[in-house]
Amino acid sequence: MPTASLPQLNRREVVQSLLQDRGDLLVIAGLGAPAWDATHAGDHALNFPLWGGMGGAVSIGLGLAIAQPKRPVLVLTGDGELLMGLGSLATVGVQKPANLSVVVLDNERYGETGMQDSHTARGVDLAAAAIACGFHRGIFVTQMHQLSALRKDLHTLQGPWLAQVKVAADKLPLVLPPRDGTYLKNRFREALLGPQAHFQK
Amino acid sequence: MSSHWSEGVYQLFKQQDIRQVSLVPDAGHARLIKLCEADPQLRVVWLTTEEEGIALAVGAWLGGDKSVLLMQSSGVGNCINMLSMLSVCQVPLPMLITMRGDWGEFNPWQVPMGRAARTVLEEMGVLVSSAQQESDVVPLAEGTLRIAYNTFRPAALLIGQRVLGAKTFME
Repeated sequence: MPTASLPQLNRREVVQSLLQDRGDLLVIAGLGAPAWDATHAGDHALNFPLWGGMGGAVSIGLGLAIAQPKRPVLVLTGDGELLMGLGSLATVGVQKPANLSVVVLDNERYGETGMQDSHTARGVDLAAAAIACGFHRGIFVTQMHQLSALRKDLHTLQGPWLAQVKVAADKLPLVLPPRDGTYLKNRFREALLGPQAHFQK
Repeated sequence: MSSHWSEGVYQLFKQQDIRQVSLVPDAGHARLIKLCEADPQLRVVWLTTEEEGIALAVGAWLGGDKSVLLMQSSGVGNCINMLSMLSVCQVPLPMLITMRGDWGEFNPWQVPMGRAARTVLEEMGVLVSSAQQESDVVPLAEGTLRIAYNTFRPAALLIGQRVLGAKTFME
């Protein structure tokens, strides 16, 4: 169903709200606007913003969630990015990592390439797909007041769950994270694993 | 009779402290997959497509886990763009790739990707070696695991049908 009639949330406010008091949250941000949104909320050593690898964000989150089962892991990504790796929902559904959450900032568009419609503009329901793949919950979010509960859920380790958050298709100012992949990786590993990250054999 | 190469490769996984093994099923890897699945210390992640395994390895390494990816040569084509992440971020990943489309192949549809596998991997920055006899598999797998984790790179071992036997489609 086209959802133009639904309230449309501001993606920056959504992400700011989710990352507030983030505690020990580990964040993978999909390429394009979700990476800018995460950076807008504050560049952080435990963010891994992607500049490529479209379709891979959920799988990166899965590998991280398996490696760090006591830490909450959030994959923050877009509808187009997730649609390119839809099979990864099935892989997560089989593995069922309790510490993995996926938040899809769904503007129903490919924002970086000229705002062309994505499949979610034509009714593809990613929250239902997550449930069908074995996620414990798939949530459809259209109201800001739903976000405080969602923020709490990020830390309860009762996943995997996916929230499809309908956001406005606005072109917002770019807030770019660092783009040197080795820096992002080493910064993340050191913040998570300590200095011994560099001595791992 | 000496033991199957899968036993030796499984022992290498243990020696190298591999924690995550991701895979798309393949007949050539069947014994190794069974050994990994029987080990509670190894998390076996079944993928829907091989490129998920590249991304999974990035996440695993961010979290301090060493992983390996098992696939067939046809899967190399599915990974091309995702392989960029390994070279750009210098993420180590050993890949063990069973060949189709080489020695004794029956199915013409397997030949193009089998022929292209090495070139594609090398063009994407992966170090490649190739085992054409069974006695080479374990030593070359050891080299692949070591160079990947010692030098923070993707490295692949191609295991030829000369080792695995070509699928005959007779049964």
